[in-house]
This record gives sequence, C-alpha cells and structure tokens, in this order.
Amino acid sequence: MRHLAIATGLFIATSVAAETPVLQVYTYDSFNTEWGPGPAVEAAFEAECGCDLQFIAAGDGAALLSRLRLEGARGEADVVLGLDTSLIAQARDTGLFAPHQVQAEFDLPIAWEDPLFLPFDWGYFAFVGQVDGPAPTSFAALAASDAKIVIQDPRSSTPGLGLLMWVKLAYGDQAAEIWADLADNIVTVTPGWSEAYGLFLEGEADLVLSYTTSPAYHLIAEDDASKRALPFDEGHYMQVEVAAKLAATDQPELAERFLTFITSDTFQSVIPTTNWMYPAVVPSEGLPAGFETLIQPAKALLAPPDQAAALRDVALEEWRRALSR
Amino acid sequence: MAPRPVALNRGAMIRGWPGRSAALALAAFLLAPLIAILWRAGGFGSLSTADWPALRFTLLQAVLSALCSAALAVPVARALARRRFGLRGAYIALMGAPFILPVIVAVIGFIAVFGRAGLLNSGLALIGVAPVSIYGLHGVVLAHVFFNLPLSVRLILQGWQAIPAERFRLVALLGADSASAQRLLEWPMLRQVLPGVIAVVFAICLTSFAVALTLGGGPRATTIELAIYQAFRFDFDLGRAASLSLVQFALVTLAGLAALKFGTLGGPGAGFDRPVARWDLTGRGLRLADALWLGLAALFLLGPLAAVIARGLTGLTHLGAAVWQAAMVSLALALAATGLTLILALTIATARRGWVELVGMAPLAASPLVLGTGLFLLIHPLARPADWALVVTLTVNAAMALPFALRILTPVIAGIETDYGRLADQLNLQGWTRLRWLILPRARPALGFAAGLTAALSMGDLGVITLFADPERATLPLMVWRLMGAYQMQAAAGAALLLLILSFALFALFDLGGRRHADP
Amino acid sequence: MLTLETLRLTQDDFTLSADWQVPTGGRVALIGPSGAGKSTLMAAIAGFLTPTSGRILWDGADITNVAPGKRPVAMLFQDGNLFPHLTLAQNVGLGIRPDLRLSAADKDRVQTALDRVGLEGMAARKPATLSGGQQSRAALARVLVQRRPLLLLDEPFASLGPALRVEMLDLVADLCRDTGATLILVSHTPDDARRIADSVVVVDQGATDAPVDTEAAFANPSAALSHYLG
Repeated sequence: MRHLAIATGLFIATSVAAETPVLQVYTYDSFNTEWGPGPAVEAAFEAECGCDLQFIAAGDGAALLSRLRLEGARGEADVVLGLDTSLIAQARDTGLFAPHQVQAEFDLPIAWEDPLFLPFDWGYFAFVGQVDGPAPTSFAALAASDAKIVIQDPRSSTPGLGLLMWVKLAYGDQAAEIWADLADNIVTVTPGWSEAYGLFLEGEADLVLSYTTSPAYHLIAEDDASKRALPFDEGHYMQVEVAAKLAATDQPELAERFLTFITSDTFQSVIPTTNWMYPAVVPSEGLPAGFETLIQPAKALLAPPDQAAALRDVALEEWRRALSR
Repeated sequence: MAPRPVALNRGAMIRGWPGRSAALALAAFLLAPLIAILWRAGGFGSLSTADWPALRFTLLQAVLSALCSAALAVPVARALARRRFGLRGAYIALMGAPFILPVIVAVIGFIAVFGRAGLLNSGLALIGVAPVSIYGLHGVVLAHVFFNLPLSVRLILQGWQAIPAERFRLVALLGADSASAQRLLEWPMLRQVLPGVIAVVFAICLTSFAVALTLGGGPRATTIELAIYQAFRFDFDLGRAASLSLVQFALVTLAGLAALKFGTLGGPGAGFDRPVARWDLTGRGLRLADALWLGLAALFLLGPLAAVIARGLTGLTHLGAAVWQAAMVSLALALAATGLTLILALTIATARRGWVELVGMAPLAASPLVLGTGLFLLIHPLARPADWALVVTLTVNAAMALPFALRILTPVIAGIETDYGRLADQLNLQGWTRLRWLILPRARPALGFAAGLTAALSMGDLGVITLFADPERATLPLMVWRLMGAYQMQAAAGAALLLLILSFALFALFDLGGRRHADP
Repeated sequence: MLTLETLRLTQDDFTLSADWQVPTGGRVALIGPSGAGKSTLMAAIAGFLTPTSGRILWDGADITNVAPGKRPVAMLFQDGNLFPHLTLAQNVGLGIRPDLRLSAADKDRVQTALDRVGLEGMAARKPATLSGGQQSRAALARVLVQRRPLLLLDEPFASLGPALRVEMLDLVADLCRDTGATLILVSHTPDDARRIADSVVVVDQGATDAPVDTEAAFANPSAALSHYLG
C-alpha cells in the first residue's frame, strides 16, 4: 500500500488561502484546456475581481448537469458554464439555479428571455465536408444522394441530440421517414463528436455532423480552406450555450459579477477562435477575419426548452427504430 | 480438539486470511459504489423496452467476439509454442500492443486499415474488387478480436508451455504423429484452458461501448454499457443505471461459473517462453501452416498499429508542455497502479478458491461510469472529488487490471506450490519468507508479464477520471481526448503515439525484465 | 522416541494403521510393495497428512497437530529437495533460518556442512549445475544443519546408481551416528535395509507391524515379507 500512500500524499491539493475569495466555475472539459477559452478568461477575470477563479471541468455539457445533480445542494459550484439549450428544461427543473440580473444586447438569431440561463456563445449545426465533395442542399437531397455521412449518437452526444431535434423540427411527423431514407447514407454513428470528426478527417465519410463554424478552425488555425459547411434549405438547428448561477453559491455577488463579465468584450472576444463558436454578444472589434466566409443559414431553428424536452423522447424512439432496421 | 492447522493444505499460512480479505476488499470496492447509487436513486430502476435489444446485442457480440478470439488464438498460439524463430520474443511482446492501446486511438488505427477509405479497400480497388464494409456486427467482432487476440494467444500459449516436454517425447517414442499428439496432449489442455479464455474475453467485450457503437454502424449496436451511459446523462435515471450494471455483473458471474464448471479460470501453470522441443512436426505442410498463421496474425495486428504510428509521427513534434506533463502523471499513476495490483494479485492468487477467483474477475464487469459515479457519491460528502482524482484513477486502474494479473499469476503460483510446497512447508517457509524466497523468485517471469500488462493498461485507461477531473493534472489519455475534442487531430495523433510508445515501453521493460536471467 | 499411537490414516478409500514405537537413535526401514502406504505413513509423520484418528508423539509430546516446519523432523523427498533458483549455500542456509538472515557463525555452519558432504567450493553454485549425486549431498548438508532429531528419507536416492546410492546411505548412517538422529527410510531393496537399518517395518495391505530386528526379519521372514521378497 506504500504506492497508494505516496500518491495520496503527493496529489491531495492544498486549498487556497482563505483571504482571497474563490469562485468555482464548473464547465465542460474542452473549455478549460490550454487551447480553449479557459486560461484567457481566468487571467482576465482574476485581474479585475481580486479573486481566485477556479475552473472545474467535467466531461461535456450533459455530464456537467449530471454532476451538478449528483452533488445536489451540497455542491461547491458557484457558476456553471456550458449547459446548452437541449439541457435547459431539465436543468431548470432541478431547482439548483438562481436568477441572474445581467442585462445584455444578445446577438442571437432568436430572441432570448430567460431569468436563469445566460447565453455565452452559440452556433448552428451543419454537415461539414470537403470543398470538392458532394453538396446536398437539404435532408431530402442528402437522403436521395449517395453521399456518406458520420453522425453522433443523440444519447451520448450533444451534436447528436442537436441533429435529432433538427430533423424533428424540420420534418415533424415525417421525421421517421427522413431517418429511414438517411439510413443508407450513414456510415456509422459514433458516441461523440471527436470520433465522428476523426473518422471524417480519415476519409471514412464525405460529410460529418458538426457546426457551421468548423471550417473557420481549419481556415484560421491551419490555413486550410478545403472544408465547408453545407447550407440546408430546411434551416439549421441552433445550439446556444449558457451559464447560470447556482442557488447554493456562497459567493453570490462574485458569481453575478462573473456572469456580467461573460457578456463583456473581454470574454466574448476570446470565444470565436478558442471555442470556435459565435459570441453571444459580438465584441466591438467584430468577428475575427475568416468568420465572414462562413455560411449564414437563412432560417434558424430552435425548440424552446419545454418543447425540446417534450419532443426528445419521441424523436429518439423514432430515430432508434428507423436506424435499427 | 483444536482444528488441524495444515494437513495437506500446503502454504496455509499465506493462503488463508490475507487472500480472502483482499478479495473481500475488492468486492467491497466494486459493490459500495453500486450501493451508493442505489441509495441515492432509492432502489433499482426498471429496464426500458429499448434495453432488451441492447442486452441481446451485447450478449451476441460478446459471445461471438469471445469464440472468434479463442478460435483464432489456438493456431497462432500453437505455432508460437512449437516453432523457434529469430524475433520470436519480439513477436510475442509486440502482439500485446493492441490490447494496451486506448480505445479511441485503436479504433482510428483499425479503420485506417479496414475502413471505407482504408488500406484494405484501397488494395481491393486496385484489383477491381468491390469494397467491403467494416460497419456492422462483423466489424464489432473483428475489432474485438483485434483487441483480444493477443491476450488469448498469451493465455493459450501458457497452456501449451505447461505441457511437460517429456510427454511430447513419450508421444514421439510411441511413434505418434502430430494428429495423435493433438488428441493425446493438446486437446485435453485446450479443454481446460479455453473456457477460461472465452470467459475473460466475453467479460471484456460485455462492457464494450465505443467500439461496439462506432463499428456497429448505428443504434442496432447499442450495448448495455451505452444504455448505462444513456441512463446517466440523458435520462438521469440512476436506478436504471444500477439495474443495468447489476445485469453486467450477473452475466460475468455466469460466464465465470461456466468457465469454472467446464475448465479452469486460472489455467495451467506456465513455463514461460520456452519453445517445447517437438518430434511430431516434421511435415513441410505443418511448417507452412504455422508460418501462415503467424504471418496473418502479425499483419492483422500490426497493420492498425502501423497506421497509428504513421499518423502520430508528424504530430509528435507538435506536443505542448501540457502533453508531456500529462505523460509524467500517467507514468506515475501507471507505476503506482502496478504496485497496488501486484500486491492484491499476489495475495488473492495465493488463496486459491473458486469464489475468490470469481471476485478477481468481477472488475471486468464493472461499468467505469457506474464505478466512477458511485465513488463520486461516496467521496463527495467527505472531500473535494478533484482532490481525489488521481487516487481514484489509480485505484480504479489497479482494480481493472487485477483480473489480468490474476489470470497470469494464479496458475503459476499454484504450479510453484505443487512443485515446492512440501519442501517449503518442511523448511518452515511461511508468510513473507515463503514469498521472498520461493514465490517471488520462481514467479518472476509471470510477475514481469503481469506488471507490464498492468502498467500498460493503466497508462491507456481513461477510467473514471472525467467525473473527478482535476484541472491541473490530466492524464495522457484524457489529453488525447481533449486534443481530439478541440480539432487538434494531428497533435492528438502525436499524443496517442506517445501514449503507445510509453505504454509499450513499460510493458516491454517489465515483461523482458521478468524473463531475463530467470531461473529455470 | 517416536510413538505412533493407534494411528489411522485415510486417503480416498485407502486406509493404513500403525501402533508402534521407534526408540531414539533407532534406524527403521519401511519395506513393502508399491502403493502399500509407505509414503503415506511418512507424510503423516512429517505433518502433510492429518490422521483420521490416533496420535503421533515425540518424546512423549503430542505433535499430531504441529505444522510440518515446526516438527522435530527433517525430510528428504523422492525429488525436488532443492530450490533451483537458490545457490547451494542458500538452500542449506534455509535449514538454519527460513528467512536466510544468517549470522557469520551460521554461514560457517553452512560451509562446514557442505565440506562434510564433500561439496567444498560449490557454495555459490545452483542445483542445475550439479550432478544427481551432488544434489543429494547438498540436500543432506541441509539435513545436517537442520539438527532435527528425526530424519525421514522417502527414497531420495532412488534415481542414483547402485554405487552412488550405497555411498549416500553410508553418508546418512555416518550423519545419524554423529548427531544421534532417529532415522526412518522407505526402502525397496533388502540390501539397502540391511546396510543402514537396525530394524524393519513391513507395510502391507494397510497394516503395519512393530519394527523387527533387521537380521531376524530377513532370516525368518513373515508371510508378508516373504511374499514381497518373492
């Protein structure tokens, strides 16, 4: 047991000295990596708040909510950053969150009124492919084509769930038929975005379900203009990522201050090239060069939280049945 | 009259309570999280209608994967057992590599060879043959064979090497040919060994989730583990997750019991890596068949590995400081987990009892998500989970590697007891002294192999760390995952290659270290 | 004195009874056909087999429930008397302290014992590098340092040639004379028994009789013995 004892001794972190107030922000894993928004956000907020901002990462958005539920009212989180529209209804029903007071002019394609959840970025789901690859302009055209796609499982992945809602909103009662028609285009269904995007880059599929902003990463970070997102006539389902204050926070003022900071230029200008999403409030310097090349969907689709929650299980069962045949 | 202390129960002193307590501690470690979840959920949840197809598919793919792995491993192990060739040691070591790769990396490598745009289909296109699809049940089984063939070969090879050379000599004296040798010596051995091999591979594949889904091609390929995943994060139905987890435990227990009934779980004691001299193998056809099996296995296993290496080479130069730091964390964790696993395995292996062996197999059935969530529920009221991230990872990795260490060590230690137990008893070698002067030196090659496998598995295991994520100290597999999640596929490929190199280096170091200068 | 008191041994459907004594310093040969139970009786005396009933006593003390390593017994088996991974010095040293924490005096004893059995200068060798006769000598050296008053030999020299076997038996006889040890050995050949044992016990069909003087036994063989001798 010596190894264990050594490991325990080495790794148990010491808590930060009590004088500086600590703000604990739960977020998803990729937010707080060296290439994610985390480090820049932390440095900027700590410079103005005189506090210690600690990001605690837990999987993806859905895992984040599960963790908050597991912790319940005894949790240490002051703020959660990274739930999305598909989780809002469930999150609200937990009663774990407190209203915020932040006022902001959001640059979202839809109106946003929510007393608990504050948007910090957003994006459109889209199929992404090679510039010289197939380019169907709708789900119907995609289903009719022989283009191969990789998608994510809605039960384990946020984009997967987004696609499910996208098809359901666009096609309503015909969603099951669309899925049945798409079945022969689907190479495979992956547990998460990373596997799907990896397979796409390996050349396993012509198209992958991702975001309209994905080509911006290749263009800006890799100087590679070979990827494009396909505009679909049905419109594009949106993902809005939100932050919220925990009701049980012991730092309510600091939490409120952080939520206000989220809508500031400082925070918002970090988002586009670290999280590769659209900022919820476009900073005064505008969007980074390269974002102007991205497609602008004619129609934004988003199910309000309650409708999304109501549709989810039906849509999932349709999806499962259509693709299990 | 007081109960008799020894009486043919050789090595009673080290076989008694420590092994049983270690097994009980392990059982508690696996069950306490489940109980914590049940307590939180207020009881078991009922399974949904969609869970039954999941159960059916899980069983189907696990049974097929286990049977195929075992069936293919037999000719490869036989060829390895009876042929000597130059790089035989390296071949055996390299064969272990797929088993220790992180799943996501191995899948990408696997698809680079067998996928739509993979080497195989490119080759077929050149000669005008229609492409074959890897996605479907056959793809899941093939991928599981890719992961589990090496382990199956090693375990069956142990069985072959445990057949004393004199028996082959005897068969030769009787003028028997290779077919008779098979009937007289090899079939009885295989009948003992194969049930255990099949049970282990079955158990490993039972909790498969990413491989099954990705290569299964869609929701048809839903496994119980994915259903658990769904119950946790999609429905937040902890009771149902607990029920599903219990189903997994039940299935692995049944598999273990079946293996105990039809053969042994532990397998035979092993002489390690000594090709047995054979007199029944003169035919040119046999030689060709052996070479063919060895070649095919190498091609099948090394192809995807080569793809992982080729993809990682350019990325290797793009690795940031965080990746190197993560590598150090993973190395430290792997070494610590190895120490813990070996201690547990040695204590449990000396207590040779059916139920102890079953408990030793149980970690294979543990859903990482259930284990992690349960531990989280247990730790959260007492301490900050992030502070315990590495301790939990280390302990879980150690427990997860334990079934493999046990499978390697149990038969070897039993063999040592059979051969030298009486002498040791006569000389009053008990407890630590027996371990120090008898078990450890004689089991050294097996210990090396077990340590190598444990270290490599701990390097590659993503385990349960996500719930406990410690922002300051990521492990290397988590780093690969994060890089992939941030579009950084090239850096991810580099980090994956680094992971492969480190895992394999650890494995080879321990494995070869154990075999070098080992006493006969 | 070794006392087997209404001893009854059972292994599967085989039973063996014994009710006799061996005086201290006595040298007894167990003689009888294969499978008659000679090794079973040895295993019981050494502590590897629990009697179904009866007691085993040494100098009046009940040792029936004592662990093998704690009995006043040293034993050599048919094979596997040395650990192949240890040197001769270590193998012999185990007879002094199982944890091999040997003092300088202990090491001297090991050296003396090795010299005594004719293995000078071989302390650092491992068993695999020795001949069969040398291995037997090394095992005897360990018996020597064990200083146990009762020595059990379960045909340890069976695989040696006749000349070598005789040499080993003489060495054992010398050792017993030096140390005053009581000896029980399993023997197949009357010659061996005559050479070393002062009395014989015939083991046949699950029964054993009390030791009989060797010369008398062979001069006037019992029915069982004459059947065995053929």
